[in-house]
Amino acid sequence: MAERKIVPIGPYHPLQEEPEFFKLIVEGEHVVELEIDIGYNHRGIEKLAEEKHWDQITFLVERICGICSNSHPFAYCLAGEDLLGIEVPERANYIRMIIDELQRLHSHLLWLGLAGHFIGYNTIWMWAWKAREPVLDLFELISGNRQNYAMLKIGGVRRDIKEEAYPVIRKTIKNLYPTLKMFQKAIQDDPVIQTRTRGVGILKKEDGISFGAVGPTARASGIDIDVRRDDRYARYDTLSWSVITRNEGDIHAKLLVRVLEMIESCSIIEQCLDRIPKGEIETEVRDIPQGEGIGRVEAPRGECFHYIRSDGTNRPVRHKIRAPSFVNVATNLVTVPGYTISDAALTLAAVDPCYCCTERSAAFTLTGEKILKGEDLIRLSIEKTEKIKKIYGNDKK
Amino acid sequence: MKALFNYLIFPGFIFSLVIGGMGWWLERKFTARFQYRVGPPWYQTFLDILKLFLKETIIPGGASKILFILSPLLTFSAVLMFNLMLTENYFLDKSFVGDILVMLYLLIIPSLFIILGASSSRNPLALVGASRETKLMLSYEFIFIISLVIIIIKSNGNLMLADILNNQINRGMYLKSASGTIGFILALFYIQAKLGIVPFDAAEAEQEIMSGTAIEYSGPLLGFYRIAKTLLYFSLPLFVIALFGQIAINNPLHKYSAFVIEYVLILLLISVIKNINPRLRIKEILGFFWFFLFPLGILGIILAIKGL
Repeated sequence: MAERKIVPIGPYHPLQEEPEFFKLIVEGEHVVELEIDIGYNHRGIEKLAEEKHWDQITFLVERICGICSNSHPFAYCLAGEDLLGIEVPERANYIRMIIDELQRLHSHLLWLGLAGHFIGYNTIWMWAWKAREPVLDLFELISGNRQNYAMLKIGGVRRDIKEEAYPVIRKTIKNLYPTLKMFQKAIQDDPVIQTRTRGVGILKKEDGISFGAVGPTARASGIDIDVRRDDRYARYDTLSWSVITRNEGDIHAKLLVRVLEMIESCSIIEQCLDRIPKGEIETEVRDIPQGEGIGRVEAPRGECFHYIRSDGTNRPVRHKIRAPSFVNVATNLVTVPGYTISDAALTLAAVDPCYCCTERSAAFTLTGEKILKGEDLIRLSIEKTEKIKKIYGNDKK
Repeated sequence: MKALFNYLIFPGFIFSLVIGGMGWWLERKFTARFQYRVGPPWYQTFLDILKLFLKETIIPGGASKILFILSPLLTFSAVLMFNLMLTENYFLDKSFVGDILVMLYLLIIPSLFIILGASSSRNPLALVGASRETKLMLSYEFIFIISLVIIIIKSNGNLMLADILNNQINRGMYLKSASGTIGFILALFYIQAKLGIVPFDAAEAEQEIMSGTAIEYSGPLLGFYRIAKTLLYFSLPLFVIALFGQIAINNPLHKYSAFVIEYVLILLLISVIKNINPRLRIKEILGFFWFFLFPLGILGIILAIKGL
């Protein structure tokens, strides 16, 4: 038996842009075990949300993640509307869908590029990001920003999509089809991409279900879930589109699912533009009564969940967020061991992890007792600050 | 004095470094154009090296210091020696040195010292890189030897580079024959793997093992590796041109322009291979070299014996 060594990926590693720690325990090139340690980027968003009023929170949750910066406000607004029991105007629903699908396009293209980069295929990286650029331009046209669009509010949307923008969106989407078909063809036909991705990092259907995987990660393993279809928010049920699933569960399937999903997204946007009615874009919301509500949306990485509880004041007493990467990252425990280090790098990235979404820590004992509670975290944080002050002697009074 | 000039300026160190740096830049520029980017300015390679020499050197605490420091220096000197032998032969028509087996040995030294230097740093990622480089060596050096065997058969057992050059000038370049073409293909993949370019950059894979063999190197020590690699960017294509593509031209100006055209073409080929492939896993690299290129090389040897 070969000697066991530890190959660290993280906390800072060129593989991923955000701090996280994967400890690969290897025998030669072979990974035998994986330990995941996340929580390097804890920002206390949920706590912050309790100190902001309802309208400010849409901007706060938008900044949870730069890539799915529409999914979080979307889920939050749905939660607010669930609490209020109101319907948003028809036009607002369509605008929300357009923005959400554009965001899916840009997020999947970003991931496709990064996946190319991680297997050393920089041409795919640059080509995918080149294709992403017009999508970002669309965001700028619609909202004035390439990221953090600030389009949503409880009760509707903040700004309209102008009539003049329709042809531009149509044209961009139409130009995107050939590029996406090219990527699809490349992934299906290129023998070298196939050798790198086929049969690598397989997530079995049972494992996917037991880990609670969501989004493209789950769909590539044959788990047929999609909140857009299952939960019927906005007006997705009136459009014709399909949920893409593959049964292989390997990285190749994940690549293909995402590329095919982008083609579906393009079709959804075109249908939205065909059907979007004229009219109001928001229902006025005066104040939020006592109660609680949940919102679920299909973010590019899977189901994004928000829960809010109100005591009738202008702030929530509890705001709970569960981002899709939180469950998807855990599936690495079964997908990484058994393959080589080269595969591990790609497999870790294949769930499209988003650590800034994920980072909120909760530690439990085996019996279900919570080890670190909110107060403990605050205490730890204060203790650490004190320690730093002592070391650097800044605590002169 | 003249010899010193030859060694240091033209066609020795400085000349090779400049051409190699330009070659590296050209390869980067090709890559950039493939990827719809602008690419770096022509002097980028030199700035990179200059910067490294202005930086501080950090030697990891657990490292074996002597090996760690000597490896880049010996790598550099072996590459420089190889370079001098090659350029003396090619540009000055001197033939007192230049047995191609000696050149083969000199080319193996850099890889060996890269492995030793990486192992001496005791970084786990460097160790993974070193083990990958060892496996890589087993494949690419082996293929290059087969490529040289084809050359030696074609030149009737002559090992001197000058004779091989003359032989081509008299009988036409080897690349034109079927076995020569096969030998050239093998040599091209050898360059690709030796320089650690995608798809054969497993030993330095940035995203997997953070530059593997080079991870602990910094400052001037890394600079020496960079210079060695820059020199190789010039001398490896030149070696392949000398072995396979020597054209019979008397006018020196035309001779040099023929060299430049061939050099650029080889860089373009390398760049194309780099940009249409992802990085291969070490197992696949071995498979490719042993089970695809090796039979091809055997075919080349048989063709060469038959005089094709």
